Amino acid sequence: MINFQYARATDVADAVRQIAADPTAKFIAGGTNLIDLMKDDVERPSRLIDISRLPLKTVEQTADGGLRIGALVPNSDLAYHPLVEQRYPMLASAILAGASQQLRNMASTGGNLLQRTRCLYFYDTVTRCNKREPGSGCSAITGINRMSGILGTSEACIATHPSDMCVALAALEAKVRVVGPAGERLIAFANFHRLPGNTPQFDTNLRSNEIITAIELPAQGFASNYSYLKIRDRLSYAFALVSVAAALELEGDVIKEARLALGGVAHKPWRDTEAEAALRGQAANPEAFSHAADVLLRDAKGYAHNSFKIDLARRAIIRTLTQAARGTPQSQSNKRIR
Amino acid sequence: MAARTSTARPLLDSIPVPDKIPVALIVNGIEAQLRVAPWTTLLDALRDHLNLTGTKKGCDHGQCGACTVLVDGRRVNSCLTLAVMKDGATVTTVEGLATDGALHPLQQAFIDHDAFQCGYCTPGQLCSAVGLIQEGKAKSADEIRELMSGNICRCGAYPNIVAAIQQAMGVKP
Repeated sequence: MINFQYARATDVADAVRQIAADPTAKFIAGGTNLIDLMKDDVERPSRLIDISRLPLKTVEQTADGGLRIGALVPNSDLAYHPLVEQRYPMLASAILAGASQQLRNMASTGGNLLQRTRCLYFYDTVTRCNKREPGSGCSAITGINRMSGILGTSEACIATHPSDMCVALAALEAKVRVVGPAGERLIAFANFHRLPGNTPQFDTNLRSNEIITAIELPAQGFASNYSYLKIRDRLSYAFALVSVAAALELEGDVIKEARLALGGVAHKPWRDTEAEAALRGQAANPEAFSHAADVLLRDAKGYAHNSFKIDLARRAIIRTLTQAARGTPQSQSNKRIR
Repeated sequence: MAARTSTARPLLDSIPVPDKIPVALIVNGIEAQLRVAPWTTLLDALRDHLNLTGTKKGCDHGQCGACTVLVDGRRVNSCLTLAVMKDGATVTTVEGLATDGALHPLQQAFIDHDAFQCGYCTPGQLCSAVGLIQEGKAKSADEIRELMSGNICRCGAYPNIVAAIQQAMGVKP
């Protein structure tokens, strides 16, 4: 790790002042990703601004029947929060599918959104990586790309976003509340993370002088018909090859509302509203699920080691929608897929 | 509207070396006053400043769990924790589990079930299991396995570790 300065933020306004004053500073909360990246010399902030003591640790109901989650609520507390377990169990399930309990105890809600890709070449500083060193090239496109993306990739970057929690937040149409020098704004989850294009060094549309203060959920939590299915190279504590968040609102056998988002396949949590539209009004059956998978994967493109993900994603989408329709969500401790 | 990226790299010699920062911790019930650099991890503070070498450095990247300790009662990876950020915290390491010379029930259970071979991961396994039992979320063997997945055992003592935890929880395997 390189030499850096350490400062504490006294409140949100002070945090914004401090980050705006130093373009090479970074916020630190849980630190589970940032400290790792600093040890590997991928991140080299001149100053860490400690926001971990700011009063952003509550989960509260909002006037419109939704939920406001403070940016510093630890991932484990969020997964086990009674309101999340009861009303947004897909979110709880996705959180518990990621990392280990130690890391979930440390990691913050806001920080989960801002974690960087686990692409091998992003971490390996002797290789070319446009995300780490813009203009240097992408080693993954012609290298070991088993974990790389199949949707929304570019010539510059085929990295994936590693979060499980964000896949559920995308499906639930969360909003991200941020504060900057000009005040507060709400960012729709679909617009928070971005595709790589020619500027993969930018993971999100958060401005450099802004801080996340909360994640907000709308009232509809899909607590009856949901599932989060994560496929990975070992049964626990590994990043997704493919993960699927599926939520349905059923009227009898007919799909009234559908949500479908994938993890492990793109530079951002991949929610597809066209696939959701293809499900709406249909009977909840394998044909409809299969068609939705075809729609979602219409532009999928594999690379040397990850073309298998296209068929894997197709099967995972159908299975997860089936689990959601049956009301038998995937268990995150008994890993048998039914 | 440029997001902050890893490409904004300061020149190494342009950053003044910061003064060491005072940190107060209560470690295994004893108050400790330290002066640490900003980059000193809690793991290095425990091992190198307080000579509590029971907590192990395995991967140093949060992937193996050997460095697991309890901070304010919660299990965390001390290798990914900056000591300066934990000023005022209460820390329990493997050295703090026994009371008055009597082993913690989990330590005794690990012995009873031969839940280790080389022993390098054991301090982390023990602290993690103490955290797991306090959390109260794991009931079945599947749930114990899942919620202990952050602790890797290179010797593969997993079945015995699960049995030891079940004994300490007072459930039949």
